[in-house]
Amino acid sequence: MAMVEPHDEDKGLVLTEEQLRRRKARNVAIAVALFVLVVLFYLVTVFKMGGNVANRPL
Amino acid sequence: MSMIEENRAQASAALPGPSLAGVEDFLALLKPRVMSLVVITALTSFVAAPAGLHPVLAAVALLCIAVGAGASGALNMWWDADIDAVMSRTANRPVPAGRVTPGEALAFGMTLSVGSVLMLGLTANWLAAGLLAFTIFFYVVVYTMWLKRWTPQNIVIGGLAGAMPPMVAWAAATGTVGLESAVLVALIFMWTPPHFWALCLIKSDDYARAGVPMLTITAGPDETRRQILLYSIALAPLGVAPAFVGLGGPLYLAVAIVVGLEFLRRAVKVYRVREGDAARKAAGGLFGFSLIHLFALFFVLIAEKLVGIAPLTGPVPGWM
Repeated sequence: MAMVEPHDEDKGLVLTEEQLRRRKARNVAIAVALFVLVVLFYLVTVFKMGGNVANRPL
Repeated sequence: MSMIEENRAQASAALPGPSLAGVEDFLALLKPRVMSLVVITALTSFVAAPAGLHPVLAAVALLCIAVGAGASGALNMWWDADIDAVMSRTANRPVPAGRVTPGEALAFGMTLSVGSVLMLGLTANWLAAGLLAFTIFFYVVVYTMWLKRWTPQNIVIGGLAGAMPPMVAWAAATGTVGLESAVLVALIFMWTPPHFWALCLIKSDDYARAGVPMLTITAGPDETRRQILLYSIALAPLGVAPAFVGLGGPLYLAVAIVVGLEFLRRAVKVYRVREGDAARKAAGGLFGFSLIHLFALFFVLIAEKLVGIAPLTGPVPGWM
């Protein structure tokens, strides 16, 4: 378990370089996952509708 | 020290430190090697099922099934961290190694479980989503939380969870549960015990140290060898069965006979060679070949469909 660094009243919790690097990597992964999810919902919506869009009553 | 400072110090001590988990640790929670087996078996159903989903929707549905399987792996690692910590094979997994906290693994597994089931329901149908939810529940609650620490039949009954992906995929593609997918489920179900027990014969000490009642510990290696042989004999006809329910063609039948006989030969060797390095080598050989056996069968089913080799028989009518 990682140790919590001593608090500095002004700086708060100070992360090490390694902790910062891993947090950034996790954030990037979450961003990529969210983007993929958006694309998936878009694709599923389009392909579920299929030709019904053209066939709907106008 | 003022009371506020004291309270803050206590709160800091109670909190886990900043997470050291890397992206690769979360990927490891998904058990990628198990996931690859799930992908190949589910893909077979998508390729072999009649009519079916649009290829893009099928790809999304396949992703949902793979993520659902990965989610159950993450929940398994969350619950089994105490066992994993004392087994050499699993001690370096993210949770027992301390890189991922149990809370992170639980949240990750639950999020992916719920997300994959809902997404599969929206993409394909709710029968498939229900079957995926059942599979995750069976693996996490019935196998991991209950059977694994209670009975030497743990991997026999629990193996159903690993066998379900072809049926989930078939339901996603067709909206129903066909005899074809039931045969594929039965094939993986019967394959799991000899596959896993061969590993147990090599890693028996690990399971004994962890207190997991594997058959090698409760009934001994000799009885395990007998059970491996019995299940291998039962597996042989199931290996060729897809050729008689409208799934496999002549190439599949030929491959199934060859790899089925080799599986049986190796199981007999495990049964007969019981002492020393030769026994370990025989068990290791069966374990390694069992992976080739299963992958070969499903690869050939896919390949036959892709190159247009017709199945030996038509679909069995009037079944569900």
